Formats: sequence, C-alpha cells, structure tokens
Amino acid sequence: MLSSKLTGRNLWIAALVVPPIAFMSLFLVYPILSAFAYAFYEWRGLVRGDFIWFDNFYRVLFEFPFSERTINAFSHNIFVFFALMVLQNGVGFLLAYCLWRELWGARFHRVAVFLPVVLSTVIVGLLWKLFLHPLFGAVNVSLRAMGLGFLAQPWLGQDSTALMAIIVANAWHMVGFPTLVFLAGMQRIPSEILDAVRMETESEWVKMSKIVWPLVAPSATVVFTLLFVGAFNWFELPYVMGGIDGSPHGATDVLGLYFYRTAFGSMSASAENFGPGSALAVLIFLIIAIVSSVITIRLRKREIQL
Amino acid sequence: MKNILLGATLALSTLLGPSLSFATDLTFWTWRQEDKAEYEKLFADFSKVNPGVSIKFEAFEATSYNTVLSTALAGGKGPDLMMTRTYGGMESLAGAGYLMPLDKTKVPAISGFSEAALASETMRSDKVLYAIPAASQTMLVVYNKEIFEKNGISEPKSWDELIAACEKLKAAGLMPFANGTATAWQNETIVSALTSSIMGKAFYADLMAGKTDFNDPRFVTALGKLKEISAYFPEGFVGLDYASAQQLFTSGMAGMFAGGSFEIANFAKQNKDLKLGVFAAPGLKAEDEKLVGLFYDSGFGANAKTKDPEAALKFLNYAASKAFGQPFANNLNNVSAVPGVTFESPLLAKVAELNQHSIAYMTLVNFRYGEPTGSNLIQAGVQKLLNGQATPAEVGKSMTDGLSAWYAPFKKK
Repeated sequence: MLSSKLTGRNLWIAALVVPPIAFMSLFLVYPILSAFAYAFYEWRGLVRGDFIWFDNFYRVLFEFPFSERTINAFSHNIFVFFALMVLQNGVGFLLAYCLWRELWGARFHRVAVFLPVVLSTVIVGLLWKLFLHPLFGAVNVSLRAMGLGFLAQPWLGQDSTALMAIIVANAWHMVGFPTLVFLAGMQRIPSEILDAVRMETESEWVKMSKIVWPLVAPSATVVFTLLFVGAFNWFELPYVMGGIDGSPHGATDVLGLYFYRTAFGSMSASAENFGPGSALAVLIFLIIAIVSSVITIRLRKREIQL
Repeated sequence: MKNILLGATLALSTLLGPSLSFATDLTFWTWRQEDKAEYEKLFADFSKVNPGVSIKFEAFEATSYNTVLSTALAGGKGPDLMMTRTYGGMESLAGAGYLMPLDKTKVPAISGFSEAALASETMRSDKVLYAIPAASQTMLVVYNKEIFEKNGISEPKSWDELIAACEKLKAAGLMPFANGTATAWQNETIVSALTSSIMGKAFYADLMAGKTDFNDPRFVTALGKLKEISAYFPEGFVGLDYASAQQLFTSGMAGMFAGGSFEIANFAKQNKDLKLGVFAAPGLKAEDEKLVGLFYDSGFGANAKTKDPEAALKFLNYAASKAFGQPFANNLNNVSAVPGVTFESPLLAKVAELNQHSIAYMTLVNFRYGEPTGSNLIQAGVQKLLNGQATPAEVGKSMTDGLSAWYAPFKKK
C-alpha cells in the first residue's frame, strides 16, 4: 500500500521534473558541452577535422589578426561594464532613492523610468540611431537650435564617440531595471531603523551613504552580477547601432559581435572560422562564469541580514 | 474499417508513387526568396524541354544561406541543384567536395563565358570550375538624371569635371553625393566605385602578377582622391549609415550615389519616379580609360552526390544557355553572365556596356580568402582616412602588412 503510493508520488515527481531537465540538457548543457568540444578541433567550413588540442585558443589569444581583435573587443567589454556601472547602476540607485523619498511626481516617474525596459532592444537601437542621425537626428538638431552647432557630431561614425553613444542608449534603455531592484530593496528597510536615524541626523547624504546603501547590499549584488553578465554578453545594441564589424574600424567591437563574426562569417570575412569561434565562445563563457561567481561571493559577504 | 483501408491505400500509393513514375524531382536552393515566381516559370520552361525532370524551388535567408547549405550538405541532406556564392564562399563548398566538378565536355557552353566570370566559380587550388556563373555586379556611380539636367551637368569625363559637377550641385543647395560611411562595408564599395579608373588596369595587372602591393603610388593616389571627393559627401557622413544614405538619394536630396549596380533595383523600388543614370567614375585625365569595379555574385552548381547527375547536368546546361540567361536578365534585372544576352532595360544595357571596361572589385575578388581579409583592412583603413586619422599611404601600408599574414606574394617583402 505504502510502496504503491510512493511509486505513484515518485512517478508524479518524475513526470514534473524530467521534462524540464531534458529540456535544459538538450538546449543548454548539450550545446555548451559541444561548444567546449568543438573548440579543440580543426574546422574546414562546418566539416570537423583533427583534434588539435589548444591550437584554436592559441590562435585567438596570440596570433595575428585574431589576438589584436580579441584584446580590442575584450577591452571594450570591460569599458562597457564600468561605464554602465556608473551610468546605469549609479544613476539607477539615485533614481531609486528619489522615488523612495517620494519626491514630487514619484508615481509618474516610477512608470516613466521603467517604461523603456519593456521596449525591444532592436527598437531602442533603431530609435537611438535616429536620435543620433548626423543630419536630422534629434541630438544634433537640438544642439544646433540651441546655438551649440559646433558640438554636433557624427556620433556613431567616429571612434571617440561611437562606443559611448551606444552605452548611453543602453543606459537609457535599462536604467529602470536597477532602479526597480534598488527601490524594492529600500522599501524593505524597516521603518524603526529610519526613525532611529532621523533622531541622529537630518542629512540626506549620511542617510543615503551610511544607512540605505549598506542595507540595499543584496540588491546591489543582484544588479552588479547581472550587469557583468550583460556587459560581457553585449550583442544586440552594438549589432543594431554599429553593425557586425564594430564600425567604425572596430571601435564598437565587443566579444559577442566578434565571436559571431568569427564563427559564422560576415560579409567581409573569409570563410567561417568555426574553430577559433568556438574557442572564443568557451573563453567568454569562462570569463563570465568565473568573474560573476567571484563578484557574487565577495558581495554576499558584505550583505547584512535584516 | 473503411478509414483503415483508405489509409492503407494512401500509404501504399505514396510508397509506390515515385517508383511507378519515371519523373525525377530535383530540389533547387537559393537565398533569393523574392525571385520565386520567376524561377518557377523558368523551371517550367525547362521541364517542357526536358520532360520528366521537374525542379522544386526552396529559399533560405540570405545571411545564413551558406551556413544552412553547408550544414545540409555535410549531413547528406543537401539539394540537387543550388545557387552558389562566388570566390571564397564557393570555395568553402567546393573544398569540402560538395559540388560537382564541371568542364567543357559536361557543359560545352562555358567556353563562351568571360574569363573573369569563370574565375568567380573556379577553385584556386585545383583550377576546376564548380558552378555556372550567374550574374555580375558593377561598382559605379548612380546619378539622378533630373537633377543633372536641371543643373546643366553631363556625365563627367575627368576628375576635374566630377569636382566641378559637385560644386554646381552644392551651389544649388543639393548634396552632391548621398554616401555615408558609418556602415563598414560602404567604405569598401566607394573605393571601387569612385577610384577604379585612377588605380587603372596596369595597377591591377601588376598587383595580380605580384609585382606591386598596396603601397603602390597608383593606389595611394586613388585613396587621396577619395579623401578629396569625400568633401562632397553629406555633412557628418562618417556617422551616416547605409540605409540613411540610400534614403538621401531616393528622396532626391542628393545627385549621386557611389555604389554597386545592385542599388538600381533598390532605388527604383523605393521611388518609382526616380530617373536614374549610371557612369564610371572618371580617371584623373579625360583620356584615361574609365573603369568600373566588377565582381560576380552568384552561380548555379550541382550536388556532387545528387541522385540524378544527368538531370542535374541538363539543368546546368540550361542555366548556361541564352534561353535561361535572357529571361533571367529581363525579368529578374540581373546582369546575366551568359554570353550574348541582350538587355531590355536601358540601365542594365548601360551597366553591361560599362562592364566592357573594368577591373575586378579586388578586395572582394582577390583578397577575401584569409584573415584579415582585404575587405576588413580597407574598411577600417578608409574609415580612419575619412575621419582624418590616417593618411592614404598609411592605409596602403596597413593593407599590405595585414594581408602579408596569409597572401603569399606580399610575404616576401
């Protein structure tokens, strides 16, 4: 009696658990593992050749022209991470603080700040491309209207401004997300603590830096880690705004674009370089996995249980 | 019971179907979904002459076509007939042994094709032809006839006349050229479209013979002139992407567009009232031969493991004949590679005429076989040049140095 009941229960559990596990294995674990394996073979087009140990990795890291492109793309990813840390997470924290303090129009702004997040990245990319259009774009047109025509730039066409322009577009798009996470963290702070603070000081700065910031540490862990993963997987926005080649001359190239171009070819590339492409995929995966674990572990340590 | 019987009969008939009839069904793959109706007509014509052979049209997305095709061929599930890319794109298929090798005994008509056309579908390593060249594309200047007439401008015969034409358009409040260079590959097309005549046939011949490289003064001069003419591109053109540049031209705000002949169909579709003309950008002096940049962009090949090689060859012979080339040109607006094809559209006829005086669109035709490609290098170099971050000589040097990583004739130096 008992055993049959258990079997039924086990069957039930198995029926619930097996499909998602099978799904994950087929579409997540298997591709990742096979990409690992692919990286150790020589490829001619999509035909697999000999097992060549670490040759693909060597080519990607140390051999011209791949090495140059890898370093270029990698340094851009790092720059993107730090720039977005300030423009997206930093601004997001300040916005969350303002919304939490219920400054004038907080209800409206809560919606307004989050609204761009729900837009598709492709739409945001095209929208910002229009804003930044050198002749008719809103940015240059407003600069000219304000008599600041000398500041009007072909934003996406010069290496000094192109990457930053895409970063600003990304921050505009996604700033609502860290804002929301921080806001949720702030709303969890017990009112007793805040009342206690109010007896000590009236300074907003002390309140923000000494009380709120440490207490939203769990939120910070989440948004920092996600930002790191996002910055190293960055693809859609630079693809839409700068193109697959990281125009101009690689100034907006990041690992995602570079991997795609290398593995699957582009209009200007030679045949697909599937081996080096797979090696790049593995490297990107390792960087993200290792660094984001380190970030998570380090940041967890400074979290305070409320 | 009735249903089961019916089902069994149906199943049996589908099983026996193919073996009962003597028809051969060949599959044909391409990336040109938009041409489906026209191809089906051509295939029907083919079946009339070759009873018993029918061809089924299947199209795949253009950018991933080669990946889809080579994956299918590797898995033994490829089509019998296919549209192939050219140069490196063809070699990745032929090199893996997927394409049926062709010669004059199999397709006699190829002896009439131009050398440049056959080279586009010939593998460099074994010198064997693997596909019938289908169509060429030409790098030239497309212009707005109405704007030219209104401003009393005729097709320029020398570089000075081109500059004078630009000045006239500028004075009339128009943009002389619509080109923008934010989209990387546009930096490559403008070099071929605007400076082929300045580089000249002798430079290309010397380059191919390994007698010179991109440090050659003829190439450096050409890039210098490109920089000069870029003064007549729209304001902030380095930040102007391809689609926006096309719109400037089709909306009649600009007089010229330096690019490929593939723009013509596109422009005509976007603005039907546009009266277009084409010319080859002039050389420095009026007596210099006016050259366009030429490349072939597609061909027709057969699967090396097709179930019916004879029927497949019949189709390739058809694809190499005027019976196919003529409607392929008239109805699909292609500059067909088939010899003897005449062009209904005056613009295509003009392009075909310009093709008589051409050099290869060399960064694509000759330097896209290894990393970094000539295309990568010229795109990056020209973007730096036009942004004022490199001189023409520096761009020439970076191309030569970069290509020496894999291009044997440059290695020695």
